[in-house]
Amino acid sequence: MTLTINGESRSLPEDPRISLLDYLRQGAGLTGTKKGCDHGQCGACTVLVNGVRINSCLTLAVMHDGDDITTIEGMGTPDDLSPMQAAFVKHDGYQCGYCTPGQICSAVAMLDEVAAGWPSDVTDDLNGKVELTGDEIRERMSGNLCRCGAYSNIVEAIQEAALETKTAGADA
Amino acid sequence: MKPFAYLRPDSLTHASQLTEEPSAIPIAGGTNLLDLMKLQVETPESLIDVNKLSLSEIGDEGEGLRIGALATNTATAAHPRVRSDYPVLARAILAGATQQLRNKATTAGNLCQRTRCYYFTNIDQPCNKREPGSGCGALDGIARLHAILGASSQCIATYPGDMAVAMAALGAEVEIMNAGGETTRVPLEDFHRLPGDTPEKDNILESGDIITGVILPAPVKGVQLYRKVRERSSYAFALCSVAAIVNMEEGRIGDIALAFGGLAHKPWRDKRVEEALKGTEPSLKGFDEAAEILLEDAQGYGENDFKIPLTRRTLKAVLCEATGMDT
Repeated sequence: MTLTINGESRSLPEDPRISLLDYLRQGAGLTGTKKGCDHGQCGACTVLVNGVRINSCLTLAVMHDGDDITTIEGMGTPDDLSPMQAAFVKHDGYQCGYCTPGQICSAVAMLDEVAAGWPSDVTDDLNGKVELTGDEIRERMSGNLCRCGAYSNIVEAIQEAALETKTAGADA
Repeated sequence: MKPFAYLRPDSLTHASQLTEEPSAIPIAGGTNLLDLMKLQVETPESLIDVNKLSLSEIGDEGEGLRIGALATNTATAAHPRVRSDYPVLARAILAGATQQLRNKATTAGNLCQRTRCYYFTNIDQPCNKREPGSGCGALDGIARLHAILGASSQCIATYPGDMAVAMAALGAEVEIMNAGGETTRVPLEDFHRLPGDTPEKDNILESGDIITGVILPAPVKGVQLYRKVRERSSYAFALCSVAAIVNMEEGRIGDIALAFGGLAHKPWRDKRVEEALKGTEPSLKGFDEAAEILLEDAQGYGENDFKIPLTRRTLKAVLCEATGMDT
């Protein structure tokens, strides 16, 4: 029974009670993923499982045999920031920074969801193309709370990263 | 979290056998169950992980659509046929929870989610649903989210979901395999039950039953709407929600289906309301009379008294929009 975290294979814990969040922080020593509410309400623990964002506090580590997990440590490094990380720094998309790893993981997956055409609660036409407006970003990021209230800068950071991703896609 | 055995059956029959144990609970997405286990509201001796079963497919079933028990809420809301033929369902799912939760939440898990009554989720408080015979803290307590229809002196909790409300309006059926291996279909509106004297039972599932899917009938003509009223505009449970499917025929209301969320222990459907509206020309007076029928037995418990006028207004607004009436 193994799972892959940021490209590295690890064995699953024996105690089935361990959440994926606790396993990442205590078992794998990857403390970038944060524990906020531990009840799926704040989004600080958001990670990608097989490319899809979930709350790592509301899933058991043992349920992830064979899964591929990406945490904030897998996004970039201080010397080589990912485009989303760089945009958060540029736009000051945080104050205390506690929610930031979850915000960034969530935002990266969110752009993939938009690219795949998944609608949201504020999408006017369920069958049309999704335009990444401020309202769309706010609705799609509503699972990530920021108690410092850096929301306006978070939205700006995501808009810039989205634009860069689009441009990079057009160049390819 | 209390210790439990973690089991991963790879066949439906085995899963059914394992869930026959009185203290076994199946786990799919786990977003509600693990939350309740952390709070020690749920304390299973064994957790039956059903995720290895092949139940996540969404596909045509005659002219209708079959949604697998393990299809995620995300997959269902994004499915092309759901978006084009059953938009009320896509809208209801997208109005609930957050993207992170919808990515894990499943069809069957969503149907089986427990109430968000504050007394149910706090083990220091009395709750007949969590601990039969202990009393109901909400009756004389904090009852903002609570029921105005179909409640009992034992329990005034509400079913919290959105997906099932749309499915009730669509006339969906829940497919269940029992411990004997037989498969039956139950109308969704009969799946959840009223609390009565046994509020510990949320739905009709018996020991060893496994939900295998939900079947939507052939699409119907008309406008499909889901209106949800809540404390904030995202990530909050419904105070009141209305799923409406309304087909206009030469200026009159033709076939109509209405289901309500946030009002009762189950998605609420009252065919008398639909009958009163069918064949009539849309009018505010007619909508008022329909709301009167819906709410004739409504009862508030202090904090949730506001839900009665709120439901009347929400229904009228939805009917105005669905029939194209100016307001």
